[in-house]
Amino acid sequence: MPDTLTKFIFGRLTWESLPLHEPIVVATFIAVALGGIALLGVITYFKLWTYLWREWFTSVDHKKIGIMYMVLGLVMLLRGFSDAIMMRLQQAIAFNGSEGYLNSHHYDQIFTAHGVIMIFFVAMPFVTGLMNFVVPLQIGARDVSFPFLNNFSFWMTVGGAILVMASLFVGEFARTGWLAYPPLSGIGYSPDVGVDYYIWALQVAGVGTTLSGINLICTIIKMRAPGMTMMRMPVFTWTSLCTNVLIVASFPVLTAVLSLLALDRYVGTNFFTNDFGGNPMMYVNLIWIWGHPEVYILILPLFGVFSEVTSTFSGKRLFGYTSMVYATVVITILSYLVWLHHFFTMGSGASVNSFFGITTMIISIPTGAKIFNWLFTMYRGRIRFELPMMWTVAFMLTFTVGGMTGVLLAVPPADFVLHNSLFLIAHFHNVIIGGVLFGLFAGIAYWWPKAFGFKLDPFWGKVSFWCWVVGFWFAFMPLYILGLMGVTRRMRVFDDPSLQIWFVIAAFGAVLIACGIAAFLIQIFVSIRRREALADPTGDPWDGRTLEWSTSSPPPAYNFAFTPVIRDNDAWWDMKQAGYIRPLAGFKPIHMPSNTGTGIILAAFSVALGFGLIWYIWWLAALSFVCLIATAIGHTFNYHRDFHIPAAEVTRTEKARTTLLAAQG
Amino acid sequence: MASTATVAGIGPVFHLEEEHAHAEGGSTMLGFWLYLMSDCLIFAMLFAAYGVLGGNYAAGPAPKDLFDLDLVAVNTAMLLFSSITYGFAMLTMDKGRVAATQAWLAVTGLFGLAFLSIELYEFAHMIHEGATPQRSAFLSSFFTLVGTHGLHVTFGTVWLVTLMVQVARFGLIEANRRRLMCLSMFWHFLDVVWIGVFTFVYLMGMLR
Repeated sequence: MPDTLTKFIFGRLTWESLPLHEPIVVATFIAVALGGIALLGVITYFKLWTYLWREWFTSVDHKKIGIMYMVLGLVMLLRGFSDAIMMRLQQAIAFNGSEGYLNSHHYDQIFTAHGVIMIFFVAMPFVTGLMNFVVPLQIGARDVSFPFLNNFSFWMTVGGAILVMASLFVGEFARTGWLAYPPLSGIGYSPDVGVDYYIWALQVAGVGTTLSGINLICTIIKMRAPGMTMMRMPVFTWTSLCTNVLIVASFPVLTAVLSLLALDRYVGTNFFTNDFGGNPMMYVNLIWIWGHPEVYILILPLFGVFSEVTSTFSGKRLFGYTSMVYATVVITILSYLVWLHHFFTMGSGASVNSFFGITTMIISIPTGAKIFNWLFTMYRGRIRFELPMMWTVAFMLTFTVGGMTGVLLAVPPADFVLHNSLFLIAHFHNVIIGGVLFGLFAGIAYWWPKAFGFKLDPFWGKVSFWCWVVGFWFAFMPLYILGLMGVTRRMRVFDDPSLQIWFVIAAFGAVLIACGIAAFLIQIFVSIRRREALADPTGDPWDGRTLEWSTSSPPPAYNFAFTPVIRDNDAWWDMKQAGYIRPLAGFKPIHMPSNTGTGIILAAFSVALGFGLIWYIWWLAALSFVCLIATAIGHTFNYHRDFHIPAAEVTRTEKARTTLLAAQG
Repeated sequence: MASTATVAGIGPVFHLEEEHAHAEGGSTMLGFWLYLMSDCLIFAMLFAAYGVLGGNYAAGPAPKDLFDLDLVAVNTAMLLFSSITYGFAMLTMDKGRVAATQAWLAVTGLFGLAFLSIELYEFAHMIHEGATPQRSAFLSSFFTLVGTHGLHVTFGTVWLVTLMVQVARFGLIEANRRRLMCLSMFWHFLDVVWIGVFTFVYLMGMLR
């Protein structure tokens, strides 16, 4: 075949693009391929494709989409953690002239992929999944405002994840660090596909995130049950609202800045170049204008989870509900006024640095108020140390340390010493693992019975808990010490042998965390096996306080047979106190949105578009773009997007629950 | 909150007896507003980039060498007229007059196309003179900001044609009215952005 034709068809994709020279990647590929084939085989063998397509992939049910987000987060957690433990191992052995086992080309991709995956494809799907599942139930709604958009958002997130995963086996990922600062990420220093994978994976996923943010804001504003005023919303719903406001107000910034970087790389513009008037520092500013709100996007919903868990397991109304709401709103606003603290050393001058240092420190005030609110909720409560509560207490102890090192880093002179060091790494892992991840585990343990109708096995949950918590402290306290000694981040080999012991301790911590993840997977497996014994037919296993516990577990497709009416912020608790009687008759047909495959198809075209752009396969990019637009327009010609669940079916579903409840006595 | 009143002997009722129908598309306007605000942020970033880089000519051409204010004034007029005609389309839609609505939409689309043509002519002219997006950071940010606005107008025009087809096929049904309303907001939004572009890029560029 003539060379030009090959180039036309395959762009810059060649046989050399496959990383066959990297034994670790090849072994991973073989493992993933075998696992994948096995999974596909099982699905085919049990004839599950139709079921999955009809009931899950095309579903517009917010509960199912929420669960799919959680599955995505879990799968990507395994990938992101593999990167983490590889780095820990490399740093633990690369002393005394040893190069370790990872070459720099591979190592740099690993630390970049670790950051990108953990933030965008682990934390974000987990958080979005939790909000998707819980928020409509908490506000007494039947679904979100735009059910189709919800499905589409999910598949766009998956599309981004697919592109990141593809970079492992076809080509390479960025070697720039997770925020891809230019000029390093410019075409001059990163001519390969790595940064392009980074850009298009995040652009595809970013569309999903932004749309899901708009969707959830509308849901919370417009779909609350009658009687639920803003100040009667559960705190998780409040924190979700603030998070989604942050999403809508910050992800477009990421979209814009990555587009400019893409223009620099593809068109040869000069936004972030060193010559022709470009300004790389503008990139750093712009990306952190997104990046700082992003960390609050991650943590706020978990603050909501901790609020729900604390008040439920203390058997008390949340202490200081109003102050909790205001604290959340204040954090939301302040999160836009601190971005420069990520680069005090850039040289903006003392006045600018002081401003951003002070705003950063101020954030600790509303956050501290929250901690005290949780403590006062626990004070004189009847605390039940079930799994979600254990995670909450571990969070309060761990997160506070991370918060204090954060305030320390907010002092510009201190930051000049600690900037880019392992102290910083330890700080943000301290707040992200201690806050976001612990919160997610609390939330999963708390709402799992609502999603599936049985509790998670407590024994394996506790094993996972202790491995995670102890593992975290072993893994990251040494990094604080190393950071204070001046060790910078992203190092592959070390000269000073006295540092090694700390890295060995950190690696031991990572192994403990690995056990924690394994125990979590075992917990899920064991719980599914023991689902009869762990079953919760009441729908209210924790003696809950908010509306989601008033319906069955798992909730019916329509969530609530009748639209609930609320008169207190612990709505379900109020209903139970007032002698709530479940309605048994008079059911009406329920108006519901229909499933559609358009979301997954649009996302598939987006992935093809991204792949074409990454590899310069222009015909593929153009073709998939045209298909994308055509499918989107075609979808708008479908005016029949809803149906009614007949009253008879509602009656049948509710009767089954009545029988189940009666069997409980 | 009548429904929580105590029904004799059985305690309070915590639900609505009747199906509580959320009007179809009840969240659409709010959702579309939020989308517009997110889009507005993208433009804000591009304006910011232009603000930072707009003076970095890299020894290349400056606004005064490039901009033809008369042409831009005509272009601005095209877009402003298109907003007025879209307004007429919405007024006739309110009266339920399909043919008049379609006619005004068509006029709007033509104004949009005229705007795009003039813009493309301007771009081609600049590129021909050597003022390419690669020439300097000023030109990079200029072409990106103005071009992004132009891309939006292009999408708006495609959307407009789609809606005209849908109105022709299904009439001014509720769903189509809602869609026309969304496009209306989108179209006026692009007008507002253009006023920003006209002021900050073209007029103030001539003052630099």
